[in-house]
Amino acid sequence: MLKVLKPGFFTTVQDCGRFGYRDKGVPVSGAMDMISASRLNALLENKACASVLEITMTGPTLLFENDTYIALAGALLSPTLNNEPIDNYKVYKVAKGDILSYGRLEKGFRSYLAVKDGFKAPSMLGSMSQYYPLTDTKCISEFQEINFEECTSFEPKISELKMDTYLDFNYLEVFKAPEYDLLNDGQLTAIFSKEFSISKENNRMAYQLNETIEGHSTTILTSATQPGTIQLTPAGKLIILMKDGQTTGGYPRILQLSEEAICVLAQKKSTDKLIFKMV
Amino acid sequence: MKSYPITLKEFGRKGILVEWPNEVEEAILDDIIRFKSILEKELNDNIELVPAYNSIAIISNNGDFEFEKLKKELLQLYKTNKATLKKQRTLWKLPVCYDAEFGIDLEEVAFNLKMTSSELIEIHSSNEYRVFGIGFLPGFMYLGGLPKHIETKRKETPRLKVVKGAVGLAGKQTGIYPQESPGGWNIIGNCPIPIFNANAEKPCFVSVGDKIKFESITRAEYELHKIEGEVGIYKPEKILLDA
Repeated sequence: MLKVLKPGFFTTVQDCGRFGYRDKGVPVSGAMDMISASRLNALLENKACASVLEITMTGPTLLFENDTYIALAGALLSPTLNNEPIDNYKVYKVAKGDILSYGRLEKGFRSYLAVKDGFKAPSMLGSMSQYYPLTDTKCISEFQEINFEECTSFEPKISELKMDTYLDFNYLEVFKAPEYDLLNDGQLTAIFSKEFSISKENNRMAYQLNETIEGHSTTILTSATQPGTIQLTPAGKLIILMKDGQTTGGYPRILQLSEEAICVLAQKKSTDKLIFKMV
Repeated sequence: MKSYPITLKEFGRKGILVEWPNEVEEAILDDIIRFKSILEKELNDNIELVPAYNSIAIISNNGDFEFEKLKKELLQLYKTNKATLKKQRTLWKLPVCYDAEFGIDLEEVAFNLKMTSSELIEIHSSNEYRVFGIGFLPGFMYLGGLPKHIETKRKETPRLKVVKGAVGLAGKQTGIYPQESPGGWNIIGNCPIPIFNANAEKPCFVSVGDKIKFESITRAEYELHKIEGEVGIYKPEKILLDA
């Protein structure tokens, strides 16, 4: 068991997501940065979609009530285990009574914590990913206890992975989306030459960008969207849907982020800058 | 059954959009539902199909699609497979209590439409609606077929909180809020049974293409259905219609 002494700004349980219910309006959810989540599960030799904690901006303080092995990935949040600094992508043994806490945000925006065999949270529609009100709670809260199975001995095949470079990427790889052909030359030039910055309107549902491009007056009938879909509003604003984003929308879908680009964007925060690259 | 000029569009590497003419029409929706049932048989399990109004998105939950190859296959499938739509359509009768306590905008809307509240209730609950899409929130239905003379403007200032089950009117649309949410629709009643229940074996009994009819119920019936809904014993009335 893990006891939450302080929940941090916004910490959630996430796995690969909830599939098979998009036609009923249920978002996919799952870890925003799947690169981090997958690599942690690989490192701890967990199932590929075992649940991890997704820690946003300000980290929690967590007390381990059982022995296990942990690993961290994603944003650099100055983590310490019993006040000793620890690193991303290394397996650490933790014992009952150990305290994991976080400090200053140095790079990225979302950090991930995995334990051996994953966290055990209530599963709804085949996923433990927190998405309210499908799950009873939005995020973890003070004094909550999160289950995992105790593990007293584990010999990892690899005890350390190389650091990721995508935290430094300042570009997003994109593909065409259904309304790509609506873009005129001016709009295309603007999208692929301008630098955009992240608006303060950014969360697990969507990231808005501050800079606008030329608007439009095209209306489309409500149609499916995906995580990573870039919508263009009539006023020329770009909205990038993320993992908890709605499954249908009425704005033209001009571009679609690659899966890696979704992870890159998940590590960006308000005012961070980026450019788009067509694959 | 009529064939339409369908177009196929790239939607990233894991998505492809099949699109019908840009019109809200029941015949188009019928063709979409027909093609969807063919796709369910022909495509593998690791995909999701999301139909709405004039499109079906085919989304892979596994590997990437080869757009050009799949495009050819889909066009071929559409052309050659004339399997007709199963002859029946599902109509769900959903209870709605239009009491003033729930229908907080009912009087104002009726006044603006120059009719009485009971006339508005009568029109709203005697019409049949078609589910053209489900999205925005889990279980939120986009219903088409609202009679023109009860079309009403969205509220100028959206409410921060609309309760679960609220039945609303906005523009050409009517629908039910499946969960508490901010919203700008005019609220005329409340449906006591959950449209979306994550604990149920089938979390949402309604599918795109189904029909919906609202049935005006009393406050006492509302309370009864609410409890039945909460404990999971309420079964919405289902009628199979010939298409």
